[in-house]
Amino acid sequence: MKIINSDTHIDFMGKIKMALAISGILILVGMGSVIFSGGLKYGIDFSGGTLIQLQFKTAPNIDEIRDGLKSVGLGESTIQEFGSKRDILIRVQRSEEKLEAVGSKVRDSLGAKFNKEDITVARVEMVGPKVGRDLREKAMLSIVYAIIGIVLYISWRFELQYAIAAIIALVHDVLVTMGAFSLLDKEFTLVIVAAFLTIIGYSLNDTIVVFDRIRENLRRKGKNTLEDIINASINQTLSRTLLTSGTTLLVVIALFLFGGEIIHDFSFALLVGVIIGTYSSIFIASVFLVYWHSRKTA
Amino acid sequence: MDRIKAIHDGQKINIRMVDTLDLPPVKKVLESYSFLSLSGEDSDGLGLVYQMSADQIKQIEENAVSQGLETIRNRVDQFGVSEPTIQAQGVRRILVQLPGVKDPERAINLIGKTARLEFKLLDEENSLQTALAGNVPEDSEILYQRVENKETGEVTKEPFLLKKRAVLTGETLTGAEIRFDTDFNEPYVALNFNSVGAMIFQQVTRENIKKRLAIVLDSNVYSAPVIQDEIPGGRAQITGRFTSEEARDLAIILRAGALPAPVVILENRTVGPSLGKDSIEKGITSIIYGGVLVVIFIALYYKLSGIIAVTALSLNIVLLAGALAYFGAALTLPGIAGIILTVGMAIDANVLVFERIREEIRIGKTVRAAIDAGFSKAFRTIVDANITTFIAAVVLFQFGTGPIKGFAITLCIGIAASMFTAVFVSRVIFDLTMNQRKLDKLSI
Repeated sequence: MKIINSDTHIDFMGKIKMALAISGILILVGMGSVIFSGGLKYGIDFSGGTLIQLQFKTAPNIDEIRDGLKSVGLGESTIQEFGSKRDILIRVQRSEEKLEAVGSKVRDSLGAKFNKEDITVARVEMVGPKVGRDLREKAMLSIVYAIIGIVLYISWRFELQYAIAAIIALVHDVLVTMGAFSLLDKEFTLVIVAAFLTIIGYSLNDTIVVFDRIRENLRRKGKNTLEDIINASINQTLSRTLLTSGTTLLVVIALFLFGGEIIHDFSFALLVGVIIGTYSSIFIASVFLVYWHSRKTA
Repeated sequence: MDRIKAIHDGQKINIRMVDTLDLPPVKKVLESYSFLSLSGEDSDGLGLVYQMSADQIKQIEENAVSQGLETIRNRVDQFGVSEPTIQAQGVRRILVQLPGVKDPERAINLIGKTARLEFKLLDEENSLQTALAGNVPEDSEILYQRVENKETGEVTKEPFLLKKRAVLTGETLTGAEIRFDTDFNEPYVALNFNSVGAMIFQQVTRENIKKRLAIVLDSNVYSAPVIQDEIPGGRAQITGRFTSEEARDLAIILRAGALPAPVVILENRTVGPSLGKDSIEKGITSIIYGGVLVVIFIALYYKLSGIIAVTALSLNIVLLAGALAYFGAALTLPGIAGIILTVGMAIDANVLVFERIREEIRIGKTVRAAIDAGFSKAFRTIVDANITTFIAAVVLFQFGTGPIKGFAITLCIGIAASMFTAVFVSRVIFDLTMNQRKLDKLSI
């Protein structure tokens, strides 16, 4: 069985300009949205605060919840439905120092409006502001160190320009996905960082496979230009690229559709990331190789 | 009047004496504390300055964490939680996981109390009123007793003027247990001291009859009874209108010992039992759905070779699950992310090999030669792709926290397992099939 012809000759390099334009627009719109909304929307993992998920027996009126909450004086809070009308998510940005009792306090405060027995506290997450900052810094640092390690390995196995190209491709993927998050007003949490790490891993894997073929074809290049070689390499690995992306997407789509509310943002990030990761290893990574080459020969 | 006074000032301890004759014996005693070094003497011969080096302070801090860990473990064990996790995180943090605990607030109280128990005499020579006005005598301090009106829930604070120096501390405790008052059936905590503590307690009570002695826990006054008589035998009790639950927890805390330093709750995540299980289960089920689709697809696409790949993939998942169970890693969302990436890479490894074999067959190689070439050429690609990801995973494991660590460890194990199954196991199965029957056409 074959999905695509084994002998394709698509001129990928000829479409570089279009690809650059698309990527440029995606990143500009995404980053514009990040800047416009005043930075990424951090979840409580990174900003500190408290998150309370309540389950009601019957769908409550959100305004009544808001009124009830006022009596506890928790400071600024947002209230939203989470998956169903009976599940309510309350976020309190920053409140008093002792946050231990917030869950039951909220439940008690709603006692006047609702029957207390009808409310279950499904989860409470509390992160001190200092820990939030720490987690943010550590997550960033670990990603930076990981990228340094990758650059060293790829420069050793291939050449420096391949390492830089691979990094550009993965930064591209992360930026586009981040932009999508910002546009859809989704929150940035530790779990989302894990999703981004997965995207990075996936993007790298894809890029290396294409690079490996380029490296192999360069050894017997004859009179072909670098563009020709890259084109041939992408075409030769195309069926593999589509097959692998397709199978991974099957799993991610299943997770997106059936994974439930808590996983939703997470699987959304993976979904966007896998698609963008495949696209970037075909177009973005090789663009840089060609650019580097043309600069050296010019 | 105290003959000797020690004032703590940053890394220094200043000691002042009344009589120059005291200087040599004090010096002698302090020489035996190896962590202190004499850094200066006051010119009047009445003062000494001791210092601790940064190394020693660091060591004390480390000890505080390990002792704190030990104390919290003791408390949790006595509280009765099945399968708790208590571990140090970084230099100054401790992570406690208590599955199945229904009342997280109570657990936090149990873990978070420093439980520094002190007995302090009331300062009855000076007026509480003057002290409250801001004129606190040098050797005294104001501490409060929380009085809660059980009917209205109103909390009032009653101030006490106490001598700063504790006559006895919780270090000499040998036991603490909940008892019930015979008259009102009110719970209280009964304390037992060791022989040293008993001796001091007897002496203090003998010398201070008709005076009041306050029982202070973490700077809160619990009660301040009048000493009626000398108390021998090293027994005391803490009363304070406890519920029996509170009294039981307090006894546990005192038995397990005080924390060497106060703890602050930095992070608290409570997940209802149904919710936590639900979301992970849903995640796993949907991955299984996706996985089944992938398996069907691979088998259709590569036929017999696809089935070999699926066999290798199943083995991969078994290995991964086994290793995760061995390390006692809980399955979390980031863990699921790690599994998805691993499975993706394992399938990718097979796809790389198979596509290579197809290519080799297309250029006219025999089945045997095509398999050889396919595996060996794809091997290099697979190694490079996997090692790159592996490097990232190791770094993340080293520097990441919590969920990121979980992701990293799943990925590390997964990569190792997929390299083994996709490259080695598939190859062995291929070779075995080849040897059994001489194929001139490969089902791929």
